[in-house]
Amino acid sequence: MSAVLHDVLTAILVLAGATMCLAAGIGLIRFPDVLSRLHAATKPQIFGLLAVTADVAINNFSVGTVTLVVAIVVFQALTAPMAAHLVGRAAYETEHRRPDLLIVDELKNR
Amino acid sequence: MTTPRERLEAIGNQIPPLIALIVLWMLLWGEFSWLNLLVAFVVGLVVTVAFYLVPVQLSGRVHPLHTVVFFVRLILDIVRASIDVSWLAVKPRLIASNAILAIRLHTRSDLILTWTAVATSIVPGSIVVDIDRESSILYLHVLNMHSAAHIESFRRQVLDTERRIVRAFGSREDVERMRGVIPANRLDARRADQNKQG
Repeated sequence: MSAVLHDVLTAILVLAGATMCLAAGIGLIRFPDVLSRLHAATKPQIFGLLAVTADVAINNFSVGTVTLVVAIVVFQALTAPMAAHLVGRAAYETEHRRPDLLIVDELKNR
Repeated sequence: MTTPRERLEAIGNQIPPLIALIVLWMLLWGEFSWLNLLVAFVVGLVVTVAFYLVPVQLSGRVHPLHTVVFFVRLILDIVRASIDVSWLAVKPRLIASNAILAIRLHTRSDLILTWTAVATSIVPGSIVVDIDRESSILYLHVLNMHSAAHIESFRRQVLDTERRIVRAFGSREDVERMRGVIPANRLDARRADQNKQG
């Protein structure tokens, strides 16, 4: 791989990762209630993390790094939804919800 | 009463997690050696015995091509949805309009239900708030839903995800249920089973 292409790829991946983290931070402040803040807090990082770890793997290409990166991504992908689910469910059950922000609530009349 | 066959099956069900733990240990060390394998096996065994999990009925079927399709599509969905949610976070005029939807899946298997829940929840914009295991219903909080058309298209997306998962590693029974050969609803199907027996 030529050096320029390598640098461009690195720049794109790191920038993408950083942008996602920034957006997550902004969303955390701007979104109005617990459930929508959870979206900002847990999700865009997965893509951000994917981008940054992919970049690490490209720059230090060895079996050890790649396997570690795979383990990191798999675990983040498995644990983030669980954390979001637990917080979301706790928030819903303890009435930390804003019905005015929901156009449909099919859980209410269960 | 547990028959020897059931006991054997219960042990057999613990083997895939054990293998997964061994592979994980290898991934963390980043290299293969026989000592590593031995330590991985011992640690894996201790973890499986000490933190005993409820055995999950594995389907015993994996379709390689559909598995690749599922994962590639999942990554594409994550990328697209991450950009959507990020844009929603930074765009100048924010009108919050979300929805909590009950989505009834076709499957009756816990494995597929779990996979679908994790896969929909890992894609930005949807969180699993609750699960009704008996009738395979996912309750999802979905960001940025403005109209009935949005909701319908989201519902379709989740059911498509379920279909891709069933194609990739659902049991034969699940594949048939998806095609409509077996009744979709858990309770109906269970009643049908009982009628057959009774």
